[in-house]
Amino acid sequence: MTTTATRVRAAARPPAPAVRTRKPGARKKLELTFLLGPALVLFAGFVLVPIGIAAFYSLYEWNGFGPLDDFVGLGNYADALSGSVFQGAIGHNLIIAGLSLVVQLPLSIGLALLLNRKLRGRAVLRALVFAPYVLSEAITAVIWLLMLQPNGFVDRMLRGAGLGGLVQHWLADPGIVLYTLFAVITWKYIGFGIILLLAGLQGVPSELREAAALDGASAWQTTRHVVLPLLGPTIRIWVFLSVIGSLQLFDLVWIMTLGGPANSSATMATYLVDHGFKRYEFGFGSAVAVILFVICFVFALLYQRFALRRDTDGALTRMVD
Amino acid sequence: MLSNRRIPAAAALAAAIPLALAGCSGGTEPAAEPSGPVTLTWWHNGTTDPIKSIWAQVVADYQKAHPEVTIKGQPLQNEEFTTKVPLALQSNEPPDVYQSWGGGELASQATSGKVADLTDAAKDWLSSVGKLAESWQVDGKQYGIPWEQHFVGFWYRKDLFAQAGITAPPSTLDELNGAVAKLKQAGITPIAVGGKDRWPDAFYWNYFALRACSADTLKQSVKAVKLEDPCWTKAGRDLQAFLATQPFQPGFTGTPAQQGAGSSAGLVANGKAAMELQGDWEPGTMSSLTEDKALDSKVGWFPFPAVPGGQGDPAAMLGGGDGFSCTTRAAKACADFLRYLGSEPVQNQLAAKGAGLPMTASAAASLKTESLKSVFDHGQKAPYVQMYFDKAFPTAVGAALNDAVANFFAGQGTPEGIVDAVNKAAAGDK
Repeated sequence: MTTTATRVRAAARPPAPAVRTRKPGARKKLELTFLLGPALVLFAGFVLVPIGIAAFYSLYEWNGFGPLDDFVGLGNYADALSGSVFQGAIGHNLIIAGLSLVVQLPLSIGLALLLNRKLRGRAVLRALVFAPYVLSEAITAVIWLLMLQPNGFVDRMLRGAGLGGLVQHWLADPGIVLYTLFAVITWKYIGFGIILLLAGLQGVPSELREAAALDGASAWQTTRHVVLPLLGPTIRIWVFLSVIGSLQLFDLVWIMTLGGPANSSATMATYLVDHGFKRYEFGFGSAVAVILFVICFVFALLYQRFALRRDTDGALTRMVD
Repeated sequence: MLSNRRIPAAAALAAAIPLALAGCSGGTEPAAEPSGPVTLTWWHNGTTDPIKSIWAQVVADYQKAHPEVTIKGQPLQNEEFTTKVPLALQSNEPPDVYQSWGGGELASQATSGKVADLTDAAKDWLSSVGKLAESWQVDGKQYGIPWEQHFVGFWYRKDLFAQAGITAPPSTLDELNGAVAKLKQAGITPIAVGGKDRWPDAFYWNYFALRACSADTLKQSVKAVKLEDPCWTKAGRDLQAFLATQPFQPGFTGTPAQQGAGSSAGLVANGKAAMELQGDWEPGTMSSLTEDKALDSKVGWFPFPAVPGGQGDPAAMLGGGDGFSCTTRAAKACADFLRYLGSEPVQNQLAAKGAGLPMTASAAASLKTESLKSVFDHGQKAPYVQMYFDKAFPTAVGAALNDAVANFFAGQGTPEGIVDAVNKAAAGDK
């Protein structure tokens, strides 16, 4: 830690004569205070302090009222991590995250490549694909909750298309409900991935494609060896956002299933609200929140260090070679 | 220099804290109650009509009669109260009047020390509210006053019952099972239940427990938060047998109770299911989910049937109520406002506009439909009324019970498991 810190500072300091740095240095300090100060105060007040307070509460058995006097140490953490419902919830988050990578990513890339071509009605198609993302998650959830009821819109569409055999109890079958939710999540967020990737595709120079074409590369080869590698940074950012989003999944599940039936679609966040707020067990809920935070934080750090470092090299992590 | 300049700011902050604390503790003393103008912040759940406009009228009328009082109503969704009230009761500025459903939740809230004891303020008129007010007591102290009552029973479609050849509403479990079989034969979904929301499932277990357990057992078990009598397991076994008849709509564990035409209330409202075990609010919920203007005439009500082999009174009812609690800052003004909510003109309006069941029999005459009058009469005649267990028990225990019953509806767990879940939650296990 110390070495990296000094290295960063050393790198940040311009190698100019000491006499001349004084005035700009003071000015820089002023600039930093004014520009960073408010943000830092907000960040500390609304992010760091609440995390600290949650960590403090999590050591107590506390119903939200009266004094904090029932110190239980790490008991809340042990209770949460040893409970089968919470373990199941972590598993569900991981399944959603895994499915996002395996299903949503190829789908997004494919659709983005398609929509990047010059085809009729491209603007309309792009708008259509992006439309669900504009809806709030709560509205999406209510719409799909109504459409997925037995004999609802989805069932009738399937029967109308002669696919009546595929009709399921979408939200009532414990073996299916998680995948139903994943389908709705995909419907909602695929547009975001596509827009992100389309922006990335704009950054692929047409000269490279032309050069590849001149060298006799097929369309697939051009895509595989020229376009996809250049999309790398965009894909890595998408993966990051997608995994963090999957770990924090809440609104959609809460409105559509409340984590049911029989906890088969519970996520860490629905478990937190269900067992923290709704039961007046704020100490226990805080412990669950800290666990959720640590999981996301560790993932974010590792991902930044190992996957994103090439992309952010020179921007955020100057010391990384 | 720099460190010197910080001191005044720190000193100012240090000075402000005791001030703030003083401001808060000063308000807790009843003697400090201002005799001048009072402003009451009022958190209620009247987000939609008819109750929304009734409350607006109530505020206008009350302020006219009491010019020194200003009431600022703030409607909140039911779900918001579970998170906002605890936070507000930890803050220095809780609302002066807030919606409260009594029972274990109110007992938890009372431990904050910010909920006002209304025992003295209400002693002259509390008897007019009736026995339901006991559910807003904690250790003999009155921490809130109900303004409407609720009872749970079966709402049914008369047209579908006739179509299936059922001549009279069932009064025993056997008759109910017979009706279910007849409806199935006629190709009609017998009963709709909003399994997604869990609490509608719990109504069934609650009622089987009411029929299985004696009044004394109910009282003692709720007080001790411990289920020891074998009657609690019998409730689960009776429920198991009832579930085995498969009376519900397909996919009921994913059905919401009140959202959309596919919800359990929507299914009954649109003639897709024949019955639903729900509270007296059901006609209001149903009317917003269907185009059928003649719905009221097609819907009837009957109480939960008698179940053989139990010690409970077959006429006992499951119910609860809506009430308000006061916080300490303006408890006196608040209590007087609550007295007004229980008074004849307000109660008559509530009944006449279909907002709920009033507290008094005289106001019940204004109820709109025969079925609502029937609910009220059964409630009046019931030897005792048990509050929904999820409200009667401490919040964590009630939630654990509802979860266990919902899991049981989804095919997981045992009758013993439901009892264990309650006892474990009561012992503080997660």
